[in-house]
Amino acid sequence: MTDMTANIPTSHVRRLNFASTEAQARVRSRYRTEARFRWYGIAALTVTTVFLVVLVADIVVKGFPAFWQNSVYLDVALPAETVDPKGNRDTAEIRGADYNALARAALAAAIPGIEGRAAKKQLNELLSSGAADNLREEVVANPTLIGTTVKAKLLLSDNADLYLKGDGTSITRYAATRGIATPTATTGEVKVLVSSNDFAEILVSIKRDLELRGGALEREARRLDGNPDAGAHVKELRAEAQGLKDRYSKPSVAETLDARMPTRLIATNGGLIKISAISDSEATGEVLLPLTSTAEAKAGDWQIVTYETPEASRNVNDRMVTFLEKLKAENKVASNFNFAFFTSGDSREPELAGILGALVGSALLLVVTLLICLPIGVMASIYLEEFAVKNWMTDIIEININNLAAVPSIVFGLLGLAVFLNFFGLPRSAPLVGGLVMALLVLPTIIIAARAALKAVPPSIKEAALGVGASKQQAIFHHVLPLAMPGIMTGTIIGMAHALGETAPLLMIGMIAFIVDVPQGFTEAATALPVQIYLWSDLPEPAFQAKTAAAIVVLLVFLFLMNGTAIWLRKRFERRW
Amino acid sequence: MDTQVAFESQSKAVSSMAGTKPKVVARDCNVYYGEKHALKNVSVDIPNHSVTAFIGPSGCGKSTFLRCINRMNDTISICRVTGNILIDGQNIYDPALDVVQLRARVGMVFQKPNPFPKSIYDNVAYGPKIHGLARGKSDLDDIVEKSLEKAGLWKEVKDRLNDSGTGLSGGQQQRLCIARAIAVGPEVILMDEPCSALDPIATAKVEELIDELKSNFCIIIVTHSMQQAARVSQRTAFFHLGILVEEGPTSTIFTNPSDKRTQDYITGRFG
Amino acid sequence: MVAQYFLLLALLVISGYFFGSLRARSVAGGNFASMHSLPEYHGLYTAALVLAPMLFIFAVGLPSLLKVAEASALGHFPADLRADPLKSSATLRDIMNLASGGHSGAVAPELQDAAKTYSDLMSRGGWLILGLGLSAGLCAISWGVSSVSMSFRARNNFERFVNVALLLAASIAVLTTIGIVSSVMGETYRFFFDPNIKGKPGVFDFLFGTEWNPQAAMRADQGEISTAYGFLPLLTGTLLITCIAIAVAGPLGLFSAIYLAEYASPKVRATAKPILEILAGVPTVVLGFFAALTVAPFVRGWGEYFGLNVASESALAAGLVMGMMIIPFISSLSDDVINSVPQSLRDGAYALGATKSETIKQVILPAALPGIVSAFMLAISRAIGETMIVVMAAGLASNLTFNPLEAVTTITVQIKTILVGDQEFDSAKTLAAFALGFVLFFVTLLLNFIALRVVQKYREQYD
Repeated sequence: MTDMTANIPTSHVRRLNFASTEAQARVRSRYRTEARFRWYGIAALTVTTVFLVVLVADIVVKGFPAFWQNSVYLDVALPAETVDPKGNRDTAEIRGADYNALARAALAAAIPGIEGRAAKKQLNELLSSGAADNLREEVVANPTLIGTTVKAKLLLSDNADLYLKGDGTSITRYAATRGIATPTATTGEVKVLVSSNDFAEILVSIKRDLELRGGALEREARRLDGNPDAGAHVKELRAEAQGLKDRYSKPSVAETLDARMPTRLIATNGGLIKISAISDSEATGEVLLPLTSTAEAKAGDWQIVTYETPEASRNVNDRMVTFLEKLKAENKVASNFNFAFFTSGDSREPELAGILGALVGSALLLVVTLLICLPIGVMASIYLEEFAVKNWMTDIIEININNLAAVPSIVFGLLGLAVFLNFFGLPRSAPLVGGLVMALLVLPTIIIAARAALKAVPPSIKEAALGVGASKQQAIFHHVLPLAMPGIMTGTIIGMAHALGETAPLLMIGMIAFIVDVPQGFTEAATALPVQIYLWSDLPEPAFQAKTAAAIVVLLVFLFLMNGTAIWLRKRFERRW
Repeated sequence: MDTQVAFESQSKAVSSMAGTKPKVVARDCNVYYGEKHALKNVSVDIPNHSVTAFIGPSGCGKSTFLRCINRMNDTISICRVTGNILIDGQNIYDPALDVVQLRARVGMVFQKPNPFPKSIYDNVAYGPKIHGLARGKSDLDDIVEKSLEKAGLWKEVKDRLNDSGTGLSGGQQQRLCIARAIAVGPEVILMDEPCSALDPIATAKVEELIDELKSNFCIIIVTHSMQQAARVSQRTAFFHLGILVEEGPTSTIFTNPSDKRTQDYITGRFG
Repeated sequence: MVAQYFLLLALLVISGYFFGSLRARSVAGGNFASMHSLPEYHGLYTAALVLAPMLFIFAVGLPSLLKVAEASALGHFPADLRADPLKSSATLRDIMNLASGGHSGAVAPELQDAAKTYSDLMSRGGWLILGLGLSAGLCAISWGVSSVSMSFRARNNFERFVNVALLLAASIAVLTTIGIVSSVMGETYRFFFDPNIKGKPGVFDFLFGTEWNPQAAMRADQGEISTAYGFLPLLTGTLLITCIAIAVAGPLGLFSAIYLAEYASPKVRATAKPILEILAGVPTVVLGFFAALTVAPFVRGWGEYFGLNVASESALAAGLVMGMMIIPFISSLSDDVINSVPQSLRDGAYALGATKSETIKQVILPAALPGIVSAFMLAISRAIGETMIVVMAAGLASNLTFNPLEAVTTITVQIKTILVGDQEFDSAKTLAAFALGFVLFFVTLLLNFIALRVVQKYREQYD
């Protein structure tokens, strides 16, 4: 071989010529690929991080307002004949009085002159159905208040609350009016005559709105043109668009306003008129807040007010906006920390709903889970790690545990339903059953963690104990287990955090009922925090969306604390052998 | 051929012990790790109140044999032991014998110091506690003190008995392990290369200690170092490939071995 | 009764320990060293002697008492009611309500009698169990105390009890599997083959039917509502969402893993790993909320912007979020397998002048492929079994479609929908949920089993 190499001509040994442009180009292209590949990794991590940030930010932003709640502060009269008609100061009777009626009366006094059933109803809808709960407790605790007038904090309804939190409309006020405005009446249907063409701009913008709407209809009709099923619908759309065109193509003709346009109002003489029809210098509308007189208002003394978001796109109607704006202007509303969210159970009314019931349910459930799966998990892992003889039986147990760890959680729910509820006849919806199912669900996790912790204890410790004559069990229970305990606790806490966030199996065993009361025991019907989140997320009221997000914030805080504790434990007791 | 020699040398070793009553007697001891035959037909008599050293190249079976004497091999599930080992005439592989009580009689010190991650006091007190040796707290204190004194550690640690045992230096840890072993009052102490993880000064201290302890115990020590065997032991046994090649007074083994393999090992031809 | 029994149990166990160790102390007379076992072990042994039979009596006694009481309470009713499982279970509920005093209003006399029989039997049987337990416990104590002697091996005997307890604990996992298998298999068998179940489909119709509409007629007067149990729409829905999820999570997770394992500095690793762990710890109900309220409208908005017709509960939204859910899953498993590729392979490639990405693509990834494949399989099984995200974001419409912009439904969604709320255990609709559970369990089990095996083989290769 050696002498043969000597004979090979040098041209047979190929060497890279790094100086050649070809080679340099190749190297450059290889480095470009390298950089690109690296960027893929960075991009993947960035996308993941961004997702997490967006998720958390979205939920915090959605949920944060729900930790605050708006109330209206009113002087509520507590006449003795309503609150305590018999005058015997009987607690049950005082409790039974209709405080909501008193609260409504107080509200009517704060916004006087509201007439008509619909208007009165909408005024009352500002208050929560539990608005007077605090007042009731106050009076019950202190009956000397009866017969006096107290300044009471009355909870606002969910929609009113949302409006005050900014989920309503922006309001613009145009005060540079040029003409003299004369209303024809102080309440009811009113016409306002203006001496100049102050309304011309409004008319133009209404026409523009109509034109946009017509255009959208036309586009929709064109999109559906090819669809044979939509023929009738397309015809309707075209007819509607034509109707709109008839209106917006004639610039100065008077217009009517509807709920899909911004609401325009005239503020004059201390009252407010919502415009329903308008021409250049004349507007017709309904009085929302009564006027003091029909006197003429000079230029600049009256205003054109606009609620920019159309009535149809918000949860509070024009009247409620008007009322709330009045209360706000009079400094009668204030926002407080929503303690009730943490101290009350579920409710159909978003502003009254709290998570205490769900929290207690989750706590009871976790207690059951912990009591079952910590001892069983530790015992099983000791058996598998220290005592099990390697045979087919232990193999089966091992394969089993590894596979159980990956069985979908909903299947555990089926198990709970079929075995615990139907076979053993345990009560539905109970934290006991929830805890049992969760224990089975997290048991594999805990066993795997506990085995790792036991394995990490060096065998020399066990040998030392055996060497002085400890039995195997003594060596394990006196020495190995205590040393493995931090690791086992870390695994257990992570398992518990998993159990706290798990939802699907609980739905199967009926922990999804609407339960107002805070559960008192392990066999009572209860719900759990993640299930409460699921229940609320399904409800149509927009205020429940914020509540859901707020409940998620609470859940995430708990999970964060639990995982933080686990990490701290791991760091604190981590031992290098 | 090899086995023939082994048998001869073994019978010689056994016969040379005639006259004194041996503490530990092994007859036809075999150990299997699964399929592997790790120890072959070992028979030996070990006298009381002396130090016996097991020497031989790595993997020769000396540690395996040592672990047979307190049945530590039981903890390895694939390990199987046949033959008899008698301590004071009692067969330690008798099924009626409680292995836990055996290990209280036969203490063990391991290659690497392995104190429990507990206080110095608890390290020593653990054995007496589980065997019910102490009648009360003061009795236990007494046992701990005596054991630490015997291990030559009392002066160094008496002011910090509540400190962790793992905080001591390597040599101190090993002496603590010796104190822990003698606290249960064993008759035999097995030492599996007790100085291999220690520096020369700590080794000297431990060797000194072994020398002092031999008046009270039957000590069996496995060592890699022939110098150490020569320094501390009265008798020496040479193992090779799972066979006990030769056993006799240390001076004889080192100066006038009867087997060629012993000669080769001692003069450094292999190992 | 249950509380009393366990109180008694605790009392007897404690006194067993107390008397056992007391007796041992007096036998030893202070000479514990020559006693085989410490007095505590004599106490523990006696306590274990008490515990075992008393638990056994409870575990056997209570269920049999319940069965006997239910049977004799139902004895007050005519035989045809007893034969009908639906009616008899409803009647039993009434009886129990009445017996526990929870029933209000007028009550039929036979129900009254039945409730009386039931509560009489329950209270008498309860006393019987208590008595049996007490006598067993006392016998055990006297036995344990009398066996105390200097040479008695109490420790060894107690340790035998502990060993049995440890074994029992380890077998809970097996019992769980048996419980799952038997419950889903039993109900699935009934779904297909029980002649008493009305409206059930044939196996073939189930597997290949293209329509899923499990509306059961709740009352006779509602007449026959046409039901269909075609599994295909659910399968395609599940697969569609899973595919979207893997399409999102596969590249993101794998590239994250490669970057973390091969490129990232320790500092980046120390930040990125917790981020992935946090993402893995977010409960799926939270992700579902996010999918339904943020991602779905977003997807719909973009779809409309491009002139596409997007359902408000689109498969795309659910799949995207589910993909996000399984990113940490894929990345941490792949990270592990990439890390366990021996350094020597990398060194070999670097020594030839390969760049890092060439080493990764041509050496590390092929070597780690089995592990990565099983990571993907585990992720797929996770996605198939995930419930809350699809329940909240994917909807109920069982469309047989592969259009990701349409609403689809999945196996888990249908199980949840059928089983939430009151259900009769003998309708085809309820049993259908168990049949779906059966499919789900075995598909995921198969994926997990293969994946774990592959990983194991792979580990052995490089260990």
